[in-house]
Amino acid sequence: MKDLFLVAIVVMIFVVIFQIAKASEYVSVLKGEEKTRKQNNKINGFLLICFLILGLIGAWYCNELYYGKTLFPQGAASVEGEKIDLMLYITIGVTGTVFVITQILLFWFAFKYQEQEGKKAFYFPHNNKLELLWTTVPAIFLTVLVVFGLKYWFKMTSDAPRDAVVVEITGHQFAWDMRYPGKDGKLGKKNYKLYNTPSGNTLAVDFEDPESWDDLHTTEMHLPVGKPVKLVINAMDVIHDVGLSHFRMKMDAVPGIPTTMWFTPKYTTEEMKARTGNPNFVYEISCDQMCGKGHFSMRGVIVVESEADYNKWLASQKPEYYTLYPEKDPAKPIQATDTTKAVTAPMAQVMSGK
Amino acid sequence: MSTTTLQETAHHTSHGEAHGEQHHHETFITKYVFSQDHKTIAKQFLVTGIIWAIIGGLFSVIFRLQLADPTATYPWLEDLLGHWAQGGKLQPEFYYALVTMHGTILVFFVLTAGLSGTFANFLIPLQIGARDMASPMLNMLSYWFFFLASIIMMSSLFVQTGPASGGWTIYPPLSALGDASAGSKIGMDLWLVSMAMFIVSSLLGGLNYITTILNMRTKGMSMTRMPLTIWALFFTAVLGVLSFPVLLSGAILLLFDRNLGTSFYLSDIVVAGKILPNEGGSAILFQHLFWFLGHPEVYIILLPAMGMSSEILSINSRKPIFGYMAMVGSLFAITILAFLVWAHHMFVTGLNPFLGSVFVLLTLLIAVPSAIKVFNWLTTLWRGNIRFTPAMMFAIGFVSLFISGGLTGIFLGNSALDIHLHDTYFVIAHFHIVMGVASFFGMFAGVYHWYPKMFGRYLNNTLAYIHFWVTIIGAYLIFWPMHYEGLAGMPRRYYDFSNWESFKNFGGLNQFISMIALLVFAVQLLFVFNFFYSIWKGRKVTNQNPWNANTLEWTTPIRPGHGNWPGDIPEVHRWPYDYSKDGKDFIAQDVPVGADESKH
Repeated sequence: MKDLFLVAIVVMIFVVIFQIAKASEYVSVLKGEEKTRKQNNKINGFLLICFLILGLIGAWYCNELYYGKTLFPQGAASVEGEKIDLMLYITIGVTGTVFVITQILLFWFAFKYQEQEGKKAFYFPHNNKLELLWTTVPAIFLTVLVVFGLKYWFKMTSDAPRDAVVVEITGHQFAWDMRYPGKDGKLGKKNYKLYNTPSGNTLAVDFEDPESWDDLHTTEMHLPVGKPVKLVINAMDVIHDVGLSHFRMKMDAVPGIPTTMWFTPKYTTEEMKARTGNPNFVYEISCDQMCGKGHFSMRGVIVVESEADYNKWLASQKPEYYTLYPEKDPAKPIQATDTTKAVTAPMAQVMSGK
Repeated sequence: MSTTTLQETAHHTSHGEAHGEQHHHETFITKYVFSQDHKTIAKQFLVTGIIWAIIGGLFSVIFRLQLADPTATYPWLEDLLGHWAQGGKLQPEFYYALVTMHGTILVFFVLTAGLSGTFANFLIPLQIGARDMASPMLNMLSYWFFFLASIIMMSSLFVQTGPASGGWTIYPPLSALGDASAGSKIGMDLWLVSMAMFIVSSLLGGLNYITTILNMRTKGMSMTRMPLTIWALFFTAVLGVLSFPVLLSGAILLLFDRNLGTSFYLSDIVVAGKILPNEGGSAILFQHLFWFLGHPEVYIILLPAMGMSSEILSINSRKPIFGYMAMVGSLFAITILAFLVWAHHMFVTGLNPFLGSVFVLLTLLIAVPSAIKVFNWLTTLWRGNIRFTPAMMFAIGFVSLFISGGLTGIFLGNSALDIHLHDTYFVIAHFHIVMGVASFFGMFAGVYHWYPKMFGRYLNNTLAYIHFWVTIIGAYLIFWPMHYEGLAGMPRRYYDFSNWESFKNFGGLNQFISMIALLVFAVQLLFVFNFFYSIWKGRKVTNQNPWNANTLEWTTPIRPGHGNWPGDIPEVHRWPYDYSKDGKDFIAQDVPVGADESKH
């Protein structure tokens, strides 16, 4: 009933607007169409200049409202991301200037040169000098932006430093899984056909490969602060994307084609809580490539901590090999169960965002 | 010259045909349904485009409801959509289906077929001085293939597993595997078949436009005397003819992967617990094929809007378009570059960084011809004597939006910045402003300007101005703040942000955007009403040349029949931009050059 009422009101408004429009057409015929046209011209010219002024004020106001909510006041959380921020500011500076100038010219010209009685337009079909000017000036500005951009692009896409911490991240519908190489520093081989052999081998690791025996499988990513990190990115099913907006990093996860990216975290999670003034702050991994109905819920968490804490966390993790093949575990079975419990309890807390 | 002979032959044959046509008995079917008259076909494209635009727009309003308040329930939504909105709440699967169909419909069915289909058909013969298209038959087929594509796409909305829902870019493996998403079941096959039909339609149309423009210009209409609308439509057709077949091949390979067990795009996949046998394919290959069309597609949408806005800005400023040759040159440059920038959509796919750098350079190069166009439009306004007809308002709005949206392209085209901004709301803001709303403005400008020629009546001016002001203010209110969401890293295609610590603080803004979107959509309905009402009840056109324009379409009768000119086709003696020359307000193209006339 309420909905019906609402629809009726909307229809009424439509009818009223239409009637006014129709009436104004009759009035214009009575008054003389030429006269009405000129009147409309004045009104619209005035509105255009109002639009310009209110629009520029609006753009400023919007910035006041929302700049604080972007990630830029808190700064990039990675060393490399800071370059992206700098580039962003340079680009905003250049394009912002062009934006303001051209919009002002557009609406000012429209207002200033609106039709006036007895005035003639100026026949001005071309001027080579002017055209050359606005071909070369944009070209020069763009060259500067390209040079800056490519310098950073090559830096960011270069090979990761040798001492980088390596973490493998695998996306699947609709979650992220991490794998750490363990003490030997090497990730064991994978073969997607080994998925779930043995049962629970969700990352399809080839456990015939001894390098996989000390690999750790976790659902949360821990990283040491201040050390370069190299992510090896995989996908099980469809394309996903590892989006790390605080670090200004992003890379697709493509099934069958592993990708990599590297960066250096600058602040620990705790430090970021202080920087942002948000006690609930977490580094989040968002999936940035449409991957199905749960795309919006494909959330991962990164904990950046001091190297000591990081090492402690690593030591508390149990290699997946021993979970899947308990009989191979050198520790006594009864102790193993205990360790698992001790590890999973705090993990569960972190995961639920506590 | 051989071209002259060709023109003359074409001129004579079409002339003869037209005379024959007058004696034909035309039934309702041949006149309004299976018509071969380019003007009727144009109207068919326009009306079909409008219907699609209402559907596509409505979809965006529905999914904006979800973004406005993810916890709200709307019982009427369940009445309307059944199990897709269980308990009055839009389900994620259907949210994604709506997003996908919104993109597909607006990009292809409205802004490609609805825009090019309408104005290329309507304006090319009228403005170059031809009786009809080179092949009226193919032209008719072009519409009916589009109609068929529309029916198939429409039917995909009603299948049990729902329409395609992997985004309008339909990246495999998501789009290739029914197990990965309900929308990738039969809905995806229908999507692909519909697009194949659509591409056939687009090719038949495009080949026809190119042939007509090259061969059927009236006497004196050299290429450099063509209005910029025709140049823009010409380059649009070239882009379409060269790039759409690549999408077709990509779509066919995808159909093979889906139904015949091939592995073009599939490798090493475990989906829903099943280990797939496919090995050796590349999911990225599809993206190359898709964007090889996908990027030119942006210009297929934008160029006609540029051309029409150029024409309308010049006419209503009562000044020649500034830098005609530079305008043609920049259209040409954009056309060439459009083919060489596709991988800027793929900077974060793991693309070779060197290849990426080449695409950065070529992408930012497009800013140069774009800048030339903007400054030339501004100079066209400078010292004019401007009439703010509704068409002119939309053309000015087009320039404003093109500037706003074009500049953010400089952010996204620079790969290092794109790493942060890729697939965020910043991208949504960018392309909606520059190719969505701006092209719509070009289209509206065209409709308001040529409506008197199409239907012999005017649209209601008051409604037109309301339409303009609400739309431009609304468009900026919707899309401007989205840049900030994007800078905060807010990803596209999220059904709900409330579980994200990083993205949840834009709730109020999302609500505001949705409200404005609803308002803007309502005002579009006002336009649609104005459009249909005025066909029968609008103020009648009494003046053969209501805008005092120079181009040839205004030398035809107020309601031209099939064949356009009752007598001979007028001969052209000058370019179309002699406004305010030698103290004369305008000199039409068919007026011979006077002995004492100054050169331009």
